Amino acid sequence: MNAYNFAYLDEQTKRMIRRAILKGLAIPGYQVPFASREMPMPYGWGTGGVQVSAAVLTPEDTFKVIDQGADDTTNAVSIRSFFQRTAGVATTTATRDATVIQTRHRIPEEALGEGQILVYQVPIPEPLRFLEPRESETRKMHSLEEYGLMHVKLYEDISRHGHIATSYAYPVKVEGRYVMDPSPIPKFDNPKLGDMAAIQLFGAGREQRIYALPPYTQVVSLDFEDHPFEATKADHPCGMCGAQDSYLDELIIDDAGGRMFVCSDTDYCEARQAAGHKGKDAA
Amino acid sequence: MQADTLSGGFADPSIGSSHAFRAVMEAMARPGTVQEISGAVPPAPLSPAAGTVLLTLCDTETPVYLAGAADCEALRVWLAFHTGAPLVGPAECMFAVGTWDALVPLSSYPVGTSQYPDRSATLIVERPDLSATGAALTGPGIKDQAALSLPEVAAFQSNHALFPLGLDFIFTSGDCVAALPRTTKVS
Repeated sequence: MNAYNFAYLDEQTKRMIRRAILKGLAIPGYQVPFASREMPMPYGWGTGGVQVSAAVLTPEDTFKVIDQGADDTTNAVSIRSFFQRTAGVATTTATRDATVIQTRHRIPEEALGEGQILVYQVPIPEPLRFLEPRESETRKMHSLEEYGLMHVKLYEDISRHGHIATSYAYPVKVEGRYVMDPSPIPKFDNPKLGDMAAIQLFGAGREQRIYALPPYTQVVSLDFEDHPFEATKADHPCGMCGAQDSYLDELIIDDAGGRMFVCSDTDYCEARQAAGHKGKDAA
Repeated sequence: MQADTLSGGFADPSIGSSHAFRAVMEAMARPGTVQEISGAVPPAPLSPAAGTVLLTLCDTETPVYLAGAADCEALRVWLAFHTGAPLVGPAECMFAVGTWDALVPLSSYPVGTSQYPDRSATLIVERPDLSATGAALTGPGIKDQAALSLPEVAAFQSNHALFPLGLDFIFTSGDCVAALPRTTKVS
């Protein structure tokens, strides 16, 4: 650990990121540009989240990393051990024991509390990017609150599919002002974004943007009166723990089309199994 | 150069600033809460809290405006040694520090632009004391309603009306810190 500055980044970089985080909290949903650094991992592996985590961690923190809900995937394991080595922080897989949780594309099933910080890894922070590729234009659209194009996109979903088919990275409006990309979380998680007790920070390394949601912020998923927003999930209980209310992964389990559905949040599922809950596919 | 110019920084800059930043971030994310902050010991008239905030957030990239009594030789050289921050007037600053009376009028500070509302000043306001009483606060970061002992109300209301532009405030007193982002409604 002595070979690195605390939490890997140098102090000037951390100050720059910390200033961006404070402005992000002061303007919820607005993407603050920051001078993203190269990290010892490729873009797309959570470099934005890692830089935000490095800027907020203290030695007393307990750190958890999830990758689509799972604590035991390559990305989660390597980021967890990265901060174990460079910041000397304690790590955990239990959601309730963690003070800082870095996440790729999920919000934990268990409600987060006031002492916790949720750090999202964000690939494309600009919700309008696939509708308007020019940064100069999207910046203007945000400044003018010109979000009609986003509603056209959702409307085209309806005209083509009969319902809003966008199922992840579902756009939200923050405090009635900025339209924000909640990162590619399933829209099942969207209702948890608003009024959360924890601080939510979003870091996009390649795109060099940081944004934030303070606790208890109003976050509304965009929709239409006759096509209201709906948080969807696979219509099954978890095969391992039997949970009816959690977001599920679909797994193919043989060559004959057999499949099972399990919680994507491994900590939630394991805790339920340990408490004696059993699904139909549990051994 | 005085000995107290060289002293008064973080004992361990990396760890000290990480704790200090978390206090400032909690304060900014939860307006109306008063957090403890320590680590730096600046020369008079600055409080340890204000000095710690400056050392946590300022460096050669952040122009600082020292307002009123804070603009003294001892503080200028202390800040230069510990942060290297350029000293400027209110119109060019990213951070300003001083008492409320020395900092006003608020119209002299940059409030950001419509495309870059983050390019706005953060004012570090020295207060005789800080408590979660007084003006009522609502907005992001506040569950129902909070309160904070503010120097006045009208200035923060007109600042809030500028949203998404506007100034953000960090209040310091002794070893306490609180904050008021532009999003907070004050009444």
